[in-house]
Amino acid sequence: MTDYTEETLAEILRTLPAPPQAWVRAAQEIPLARRGLDEIVERARADRAFRDALIADLESALEAEGYEPDPLLVEALRERFPS
Amino acid sequence: METDAQLVARCRAGEEDAWRELVDRFSRYVYAIIVQAFRLPEHDAEDVFQEVFARAYEQLHKLRDDDAIRPWLAQLTRRRCIDTLRAGAREGPGEEAIEEPAAVDDTIAQLDEALSVQDALATLPGNCQEILDRFFARDESYRLIAEALDLPSGTIASRISRCLVKLRSELEGRDSASAPSGD
Repeated sequence: MTDYTEETLAEILRTLPAPPQAWVRAAQEIPLARRGLDEIVERARADRAFRDALIADLESALEAEGYEPDPLLVEALRERFPS
Repeated sequence: METDAQLVARCRAGEEDAWRELVDRFSRYVYAIIVQAFRLPEHDAEDVFQEVFARAYEQLHKLRDDDAIRPWLAQLTRRRCIDTLRAGAREGPGEEAIEEPAAVDDTIAQLDEALSVQDALATLPGNCQEILDRFFARDESYRLIAEALDLPSGTIASRISRCLVKLRSELEGRDSASAPSGD
């Protein structure tokens, strides 16, 4: 049986530091990237009317441009373009 | 707690929150292999971290045994680290052959144990998980923890100690359950 003392546990817990949160979030958003997140963000940066439409009514703006308003995609975009 | 295999199965089924949870569960492990076993600098570490998870997402259907997600991720990470070291060497002045650092296997074995301890930690009450994680993994001070959790700072040390006792007890329970009976 492994002999875990408080000291060894403390040492073990220190061996798994948390990566920067931005890295974790980017990795969590990989499925979104596959669904067009990057493209939409880029377009919103370049096209002011599209960006304004996203801010005014995100789901409608996506649908009007032919994007599927996937819930995860909508959530990620809402964080980037709060109304 | 959901097993690794169950989580992988949910990812394959396209459940929306499963991938996030998988990244959450293994992000520290992948990160630790990159920065502790291979000691990659920050900018390379970030690239490898993202590439590992991107490949894992694309190739999850190739995983033959869902229970083997941890060693599979470790292998993906090792390969990407080696590729990065080799790419860096090609850009450098010398022509040294790049080998995997000698102690990688030992470091990964330690990280496997640490991940098991993290699994046990995940079964403790939320306040214990948070306080131990903040103090040991995020290296936060007593004062910062006290502010974040709205607790008197004078109680943080004793709370950490009590939570470590609970964690130890959880791990000992697991060891006893998995040990041969001796009959």
